[in-house]
Amino acid sequence: MTTTASAEHTRRDFLYIATGAAAAIGTAATIWPLISQMNPDASTIAAGAPIKVDLAPIAEGQAIKVFWRGKPIYIWHRTKKEIDEAKAVPASSLPDPATDAQRTKEGHEQWLVVIGICTHLGCIPIAHEGDFQGFFCPCHGSQYDTAGRIRRGPAPANLPLPPYEFASDTQIQIG
Amino acid sequence: MSGPSTFQPQNPVLKWIERRLPIMGLVHGSFVAYPTPRNLNYWWTFGGILSFMLVVQIVTGVILAMHYTPHADMAFNSVEGIVRDVNFGWLLRYLHSNGASMFFIAVYIHMLRGLYYGSYKEPREILWILGVIIYLLMMATGFMGYVLPWGQMSFWGATVITNLFSAIPWVGDSIVTLLWGGYSVGNPTLNRFFSLHYLLPFLILGVVILHVWALHVAGQNNPAGVEPKSDQDTVPFTPYATVKDAFGLCCFLLFYAWFIFFIPNYLGDPDNYVQANPAVTPAHIVPEWYYLPFYAILRSIPNKLGGVVCMFGAIIVLAFLPWLDTARTRSSRYRPLAKQFFWLFVIVCLGLGYLGAQPPEGIYVIAGRILTVCYFAYFLIVLPLLSRVETPKTLPNSIADDVLAKTGSLAKPMVSTALAIAVIGALTFGGGLKAQAADEHDSAPPSLKWSFAGPFGKFNEGQLQRGYKVYKEVCSNCHSMNQLHFRNLADPGGPGFSTAQALAVASEAKVQDGPNDAGEMFERPGRLADKFPSPFANEQAARAANGGAAPPDLSLMAKARGYERGFPQFIFDAFLQFQEKGPNYIAAILQGYDAAPAGFALPEGSNYNKYFPGHAIKMPKPLSDGQVTFDDGSPQTVQQYATDVAAFLMWAAEPALVARKRIGVQVMIFLIIFAGLLYFTKRKVWAAAH
Repeated sequence: MTTTASAEHTRRDFLYIATGAAAAIGTAATIWPLISQMNPDASTIAAGAPIKVDLAPIAEGQAIKVFWRGKPIYIWHRTKKEIDEAKAVPASSLPDPATDAQRTKEGHEQWLVVIGICTHLGCIPIAHEGDFQGFFCPCHGSQYDTAGRIRRGPAPANLPLPPYEFASDTQIQIG
Repeated sequence: MSGPSTFQPQNPVLKWIERRLPIMGLVHGSFVAYPTPRNLNYWWTFGGILSFMLVVQIVTGVILAMHYTPHADMAFNSVEGIVRDVNFGWLLRYLHSNGASMFFIAVYIHMLRGLYYGSYKEPREILWILGVIIYLLMMATGFMGYVLPWGQMSFWGATVITNLFSAIPWVGDSIVTLLWGGYSVGNPTLNRFFSLHYLLPFLILGVVILHVWALHVAGQNNPAGVEPKSDQDTVPFTPYATVKDAFGLCCFLLFYAWFIFFIPNYLGDPDNYVQANPAVTPAHIVPEWYYLPFYAILRSIPNKLGGVVCMFGAIIVLAFLPWLDTARTRSSRYRPLAKQFFWLFVIVCLGLGYLGAQPPEGIYVIAGRILTVCYFAYFLIVLPLLSRVETPKTLPNSIADDVLAKTGSLAKPMVSTALAIAVIGALTFGGGLKAQAADEHDSAPPSLKWSFAGPFGKFNEGQLQRGYKVYKEVCSNCHSMNQLHFRNLADPGGPGFSTAQALAVASEAKVQDGPNDAGEMFERPGRLADKFPSPFANEQAARAANGGAAPPDLSLMAKARGYERGFPQFIFDAFLQFQEKGPNYIAAILQGYDAAPAGFALPEGSNYNKYFPGHAIKMPKPLSDGQVTFDDGSPQTVQQYATDVAAFLMWAAEPALVARKRIGVQVMIFLIIFAGLLYFTKRKVWAAAH
């Protein structure tokens, strides 16, 4: 760095900056695959394809648990009383407001399909338990009603709904 | 690592830290201000390259361990899962497997550099011995790593190497049982090798730190072999050595990338793409190339214990080098005889390496014995005696004098360059002749033109679709393809099925699933996530239905079969990116059925095949003209079927091939530009020093 000629300075600085920039680009491009490999691999993604569930064997009042993408999904054949209880509550009075119609598919109100993972810290709530006869989480005492909505306890939100649709009256496809 | 530092930070926070933990001073003293001889040549960049390779191996290894399953039943498939399904998994696996080879190439150059320039001599004995320890640890790590994919060579390599210890008198068998954790190489062996393979690199890292510490205490040796006397003789590590090392490393990365992206399986053995089978030993067991010289020494000694002792002795003798070489002059540059013996020693090592890969019979055994004697004679006879008969040339007064003297003559390097070019030219010419001769030889499969060969190679969708049709209508009646899933048919770079088409193929298949709520297994239509169905329920059923020979799984067939290309053709294959032994072989086998020549004793239930090793193959001629209908107007001949199905099997074995070559070209372009920038930066930086 002893030279005083400014032209010389500029050319050298440009070379150093270009080399440094190339090194930065190379490093970033190297780190990309090292991080990307941690995402789900192709077999995991393929195994997470939609599943079909036959509803015919589920008796009224019964709730079954199926697994989709490693998550427990509750499929609950609700009784008339349970539907009425869920509908009777004004949505605005709830911690996470949602009407029963928003929690179910139109024309299939007897079917509640929710992801059975407590929105507090990820435990699995027990069906048909708690003060609201919906779901009760044994870990920290969150209570959900018969539409899977949070009513009491530390959980901040309703049980999430998985993407699903009715293929027929007796079969749903989750995913 | 060179005593108390003069580094004084100005920032009060840094000052506070530095007073309590002088880590910045340590780094500054070791890697910035550290004086490095100004006459170091590019052979000295391999120390930095080795440090870099250790980091590469640890990083990629930690990542691979996230996806790998160390279980005898699952290891092989989990490695294939990494290559096929994990994002950039093929890259990470090839980085790691070829990284081991690069590590050894670099360490051999580093060791030979030390040997040539006398870097082991006083006061660098401990530095050298630490290096020998690192080398031993590397060998152990490399060996255990090679076992982890649980292929045939993994398994039988593990068996052979662990059996080395059974040569130890009295306690040998107990030691071998201890290594195995069972009565033979099996799941416990794999588990402990995985654990140790994860551990040893960190031990290497520890010894490397000691190695660098010892280096920074004694100071670097240099090509002149005289110690620096004044500031004139040295330059600060940063920026001078740093930028030079960076340029050397970038050139090395170009070499490394060539292997990863274009010839990733060149240094591997096809047999390791066959899952470990304790019932069948491969016809020809060879270790990885970096162990070959020592393997040749082992086989040269016609006594079990003697062979093992000599093999380990060949490495241990290195540790005694500082005392075996009695000359006072360090650098071979000033030792006319030592220089010649050094190059002879290099040739002996290469020769042993070549012999280690040959079958242990006839002339190879005799040559191996001669070279083994030469190897030990170099250390035990030549080096101790040489100093008594040799008159060294006059050493330069100082490193600065050496640098000034060198800027004169260019004639000598030009002569050696011309000689090297002449040798390469002669080899190329000879190789061309030999390749022609090999093509005429009856049992070497002819080299076909493949669309996926070369740096820009791509699979031909139409060909893969036809190949799939041949596989489905013919091969799949007997052969499974366990690594392939229906979803793969729609993968980019493959046969180009749409997802709907792949789903249609899948739903034609019946897949067993269950148990259902009643505890019973049931059949359902296939899904995209399902594997290609197997024609037989298990290996025993396959064996029973096929006259005692189970048809092998075809998923990796195009990488699991090879043939000898001979010397020097195999060297040109690396330059020409020849990686198509498998498809050549498959296409040849399918067309190689013929009437057995007179006098050939064909065993009962076998068929004569020109290209099958031994010529007696259990599989009857599978293809005949017109057997499979092509919709695209391609000729419906055995030749067309055979090449199409061989191309399909190449895709099945290496589904990421197209992505690999595309990224490879991009990486090469980047590295060439980066190397150019580093070269000019290096010239600018060093301009002030000359």
